[in-house]
Amino acid sequence: MDNSIRIKELNMVYNGPDDDGTGLGVLQNVNLEVQGNEFVSILGPSGCGKSTLLKLIAGLEKDYDGDIYLGNDNPRYKRVPVCYMLQKDCLMPWRSLLSNVLLPIEIKNGDLKKARNEIQPLIAEFGLAGFENYKPRQLSGGMRQRAALLRTYLMDGEIMLLDEPFAALDEITRMQMQDWLTSVWEKHKKTVLFVTHDIDEAIYLSDKVVVMSERPGTVIGEIKIDFQRPRKREMILTSRFSDYKKNIIELLRA
Amino acid sequence: MKKLKNTGQKNKYKEPGLGIIPVVILGIFVLLWQALVDLLKIQPFILPSPIKVFKALYDERRLLLTHTLVTVGEALAGLGIAIVLGIIFGLLMGYYKPVRVALYPVFVITQTIPLIILAPLFAVWLGFGFLPKIIIVVLMCFFPISVTFTQDLIKPDEDMDNILKVMGAGKWKSFRLARIPQALSGLFSGLKIAVTYSITGAVISEWIGAKEGLGIYMTRAMTSFKTAVLFADVVIIIVLSLALYKLVEIIEKKVTKNLEYV
Ligand SMILES: Nc1ncnc2c1ncn2[C@@H]1O[C@H](COP(=O)(O)OP(=O)(O)OP(=O)(O)O)[C@@H](O)[C@H]1O
Ligand SMILES: [Mg+2]
Repeated sequence: MDNSIRIKELNMVYNGPDDDGTGLGVLQNVNLEVQGNEFVSILGPSGCGKSTLLKLIAGLEKDYDGDIYLGNDNPRYKRVPVCYMLQKDCLMPWRSLLSNVLLPIEIKNGDLKKARNEIQPLIAEFGLAGFENYKPRQLSGGMRQRAALLRTYLMDGEIMLLDEPFAALDEITRMQMQDWLTSVWEKHKKTVLFVTHDIDEAIYLSDKVVVMSERPGTVIGEIKIDFQRPRKREMILTSRFSDYKKNIIELLRA
Repeated sequence: MKKLKNTGQKNKYKEPGLGIIPVVILGIFVLLWQALVDLLKIQPFILPSPIKVFKALYDERRLLLTHTLVTVGEALAGLGIAIVLGIIFGLLMGYYKPVRVALYPVFVITQTIPLIILAPLFAVWLGFGFLPKIIIVVLMCFFPISVTFTQDLIKPDEDMDNILKVMGAGKWKSFRLARIPQALSGLFSGLKIAVTYSITGAVISEWIGAKEGLGIYMTRAMTSFKTAVLFADVVIIIVLSLALYKLVEIIEKKVTKNLEYV
C-alpha cells in the first residue's frame, strides 16, 4: 500500500475576526514529500501553520488551494483513514484506559471482544499492562500520552499525524517517550509526520527534518538525518548532531 | 507489570467527616433561637421557640402527614414530567442548533412570568384540583434541567471533535460518545436545582387555592395565628427538599459509576 504524503503548492487563508473579507494567510506555497514509512518532523516558529497543515492532511479543513495526496487519494474529496494525535491527550475521563484505547474500533463498529484480545501484546508494548481498568486521572502524564498514542495507532491509517504529542511532558518523561517511540516505530513502521518545537527531539527521531518559516508558513529547508537505526541516545553528543542542530537553528533564525 | 498491594496506608489520611459542620451550625442556630425566645419572652404567635415547633410537629402529625402526601404527590408528578421533558428538549436543543435558537428564548420568557400571576390564572382555567399544581411545578423545574443540560451539551471541545471526526465518527456518534457523557454532570446540577424547586413550587401553587396540601394548610395556620404549625410546615418542606436533593446525589453517584464501564 502506498502511504506516502505529497503536498503541492498548498495555500491556506483563514477568515479574520471581522467579516470584511480580509483573511489571515497561514500557509503559502507549501511543497512537501514524505515517503512511505518515513519519519519526518516539522519545526517552525509558533503560529506558522504547523497544526493547520496537519489538519488539512487529516481532512479536517477543506477550504484551501493546492493539492494533498495520501498515496493516490485526496483527502479533500474522500475520507482517508489517518492516525491523528494532539498535544492534549483527549482521553475521555469517564472511560477506562482500555475502552479509551478501543474507541476507534468502537466507532468503526468493529468486534470489540476480538480487538480486546488482539491488542493485549500492544498494551504491554506501550507500557500499559496492568492498567487497563484505570481511569485517565489515575495515570501519569507519560502513561496518558502512551494510551493516546496507542489509540492513535489503532485508528488504522498507515499515516500518523502527531501534533506536538510530547510537548506537555516534563523533560525526563519526554526523553523516555522519545526512546520508546523510536523503538516502537522502528518495529512497526508507519509514515509519521511529527510536529515539535524541540530541535533535539526532531533530529533524534526523524529521517528528515522540515523547517518552516514564520507565518505565512512555507518550507524553507529540509535536512536529511543520516544517523543509522536503531537510534541511540549517545548520538546527541556527537559533532554530527551539533552540525544538524546548527544548520536548523540558522534556518529558523533567517 | 508488577503492582504493589494496597498497604492500607491510604486510609490513614482519610478526611475527617466535613458533613458534620453544617449540622453543628444548624444546632447552634436552633439553640440561639431557643435562647432568644426564652430570654426576650417573645409571644409564640410572633415567633415560636424550636421546642414549640417540634411539639406542633408532633401534635399535628396526622393532619400534617395527609397534607404532606398531597404536596409530595403533586411535586413528584410535576418533577417527573419536567425531568422527561427537560431531558428530551435538552437533547434536542443540544443536538440541533435551529431548535436551540428557536426554543431557548421561549423558555427564558416562561421564567420571567411571575408564578404569583400564573397560579391564580391556572386556578381560574383549571380549577383547584391537581392539574394546575402539577403544571406549575413542571414550569418551575423544566427550565433548570433543560438549560443546564443544553449548556453542557454544546460546550465546545474542538480537539475532541477533531479526533472523533478523524476516527470516522459522524455527528450523532460524537454526540453520543463524547457530548452526552460529558454533559451528565450539568444535567445533574440542573436536577438538583429542580428538586429543590419542586416542593416549593407545589406549596406556592396550593397557596393560591387548593383543598389539600401543605400550602393550604400553611395559609390556614397563618390566618388562625398558629405560628408554630406554620413553622412545622416549613420544617417539613425543608426536610422533603433535602431528601430529594440527597436522592439525586445518590443517583448521580450510581450513574457516574456505571458510566465507567469496561
Ligand atoms: N480556526 C481558525 N480560524 C482562524 N485562524 C486560525 C484558526 N486556527 C488557527 N488560526 C491561525 O492560523 C495561524 C497558524 O495556526 P497554527 O495553529 O497552525 O500554528 P502552529 O504552527 O501550530 O503554532 P504552534 O506552534 O503555536 O502550535 C495562527 O496565526 C492562528 O491564529
Ligand atoms: Mg500547533
